[in-house]
Amino acid sequence: MTALVSLVVALLLLWLALWTVVARDAFVAVAGFVVYGLLLSLVWVRLAGIDVALTEAAIGGGLTGALLLGAVGRLRGTEAAAWSERSGAGTRAFAVLLSVGVATVLALCVLALPEPAPTLAPQAVENLAATGVGNPITGVLLAFRALDTLLEAIVLVIALIGVWSLAPDRFWGGRPGPRYGADPDGILTYLARVLPPIGIVVGLYLFWAGADHPGGKFQSATILAAMWMLVQMAGLSDAPRIDSRWLRAGIVVGPLVFVAVGLLGAWQAGAFLGYPDGWAKPMIVVIELALLPMLVLVLALLLNGAPARSADPSPASAETSMSERNTRPTPARSAGR
Amino acid sequence: MSVVLDVFSIVAIVAGLVFFLAGTVGLLRFPDAYTRLHALTKADNLGVALVVTGLLPQMDGVLAALKLVLVWLLVMLSSGAVSQLIARSVRRRECSE
Repeated sequence: MTALVSLVVALLLLWLALWTVVARDAFVAVAGFVVYGLLLSLVWVRLAGIDVALTEAAIGGGLTGALLLGAVGRLRGTEAAAWSERSGAGTRAFAVLLSVGVATVLALCVLALPEPAPTLAPQAVENLAATGVGNPITGVLLAFRALDTLLEAIVLVIALIGVWSLAPDRFWGGRPGPRYGADPDGILTYLARVLPPIGIVVGLYLFWAGADHPGGKFQSATILAAMWMLVQMAGLSDAPRIDSRWLRAGIVVGPLVFVAVGLLGAWQAGAFLGYPDGWAKPMIVVIELALLPMLVLVLALLLNGAPARSADPSPASAETSMSERNTRPTPARSAGR
Repeated sequence: MSVVLDVFSIVAIVAGLVFFLAGTVGLLRFPDAYTRLHALTKADNLGVALVVTGLLPQMDGVLAALKLVLVWLLVMLSSGAVSQLIARSVRRRECSE
């Protein structure tokens, strides 16, 4: 019975993947991708990988889906033109060859894996007690492979800098995205008032539970960032100015604390990111506490995108700046000419 | 007693699944966005409510049961709000055409 369910889910997943790839409409493809992510997280639940399932649902389906939806919105104007273009037969044949080749190599690699697959899991579980955390995933991420997690956090900061650097010069230091208008009686406003208290509690619970149960800072940060985005989209609060000091401090404090703990380890425990005896758990908690706000800020700001408005706080100019920026230069520029 | 509870669970969950099936058929067959939303929200609200009610006697402990009820309330809140938002955006597009 369970084998049958697994088979059905696997076939559904393959069909959905194919459907997402061949869908011509970008919005349809993204919708397919989000459903694919949710289905994939079900597969991870069936494989007893609850941590991966949570991450897949939050980051793979939710956050990436939202990013892609934003991209679809931007591409809408040029989509019709893109459809009318047809690449030449040679290009298409090359694309088919390339994708079939990659798929074949991947399939061969998977089939060539030794049985049983090499694993470090028993060693990780054996030494888990030394880290003081009960969840092996957290133990691996923040003790045995802490360097990977550190680099991951730094990559996120670099990604955010990349997004910000797409801003036109005159909006540098401004606010990202459009200013969402508030509808005080709207259902979105209602949702943005009712849901965040619950979301914040659930997010912090996931963060705290991550030490001994499935969960952790990444899943928690996604939920908290989603709550912040909800409040922004309902128009109850504006996106932050990207030149704000507290914002930038909150972003860099995560990796900085991580590096500081690493250096402390080099001095006290003889290895970068080594934890002194008995201090593993407190050190892990310090790193997680510093990384959580950084992740919330970075994930939400990645969704916000590049600054598209001047930082001028007056609401009137903020509203017009969206419609005016394509038609005529800002007053500051025309005065300079 | 446990047999009665098991039968109750099975009946409630099957009834919930019937709502999901009907909602899915409606989603695929109904002609426009409003009627499709109508089908979808029935499945969401009544289907999830019945499945949760059926699972309640099977939970070990009040806390786990409360978590299940919380999930149901959150699904109700989000599906109700999202269907309103979808209907509103469809209506706005119709008006502008």
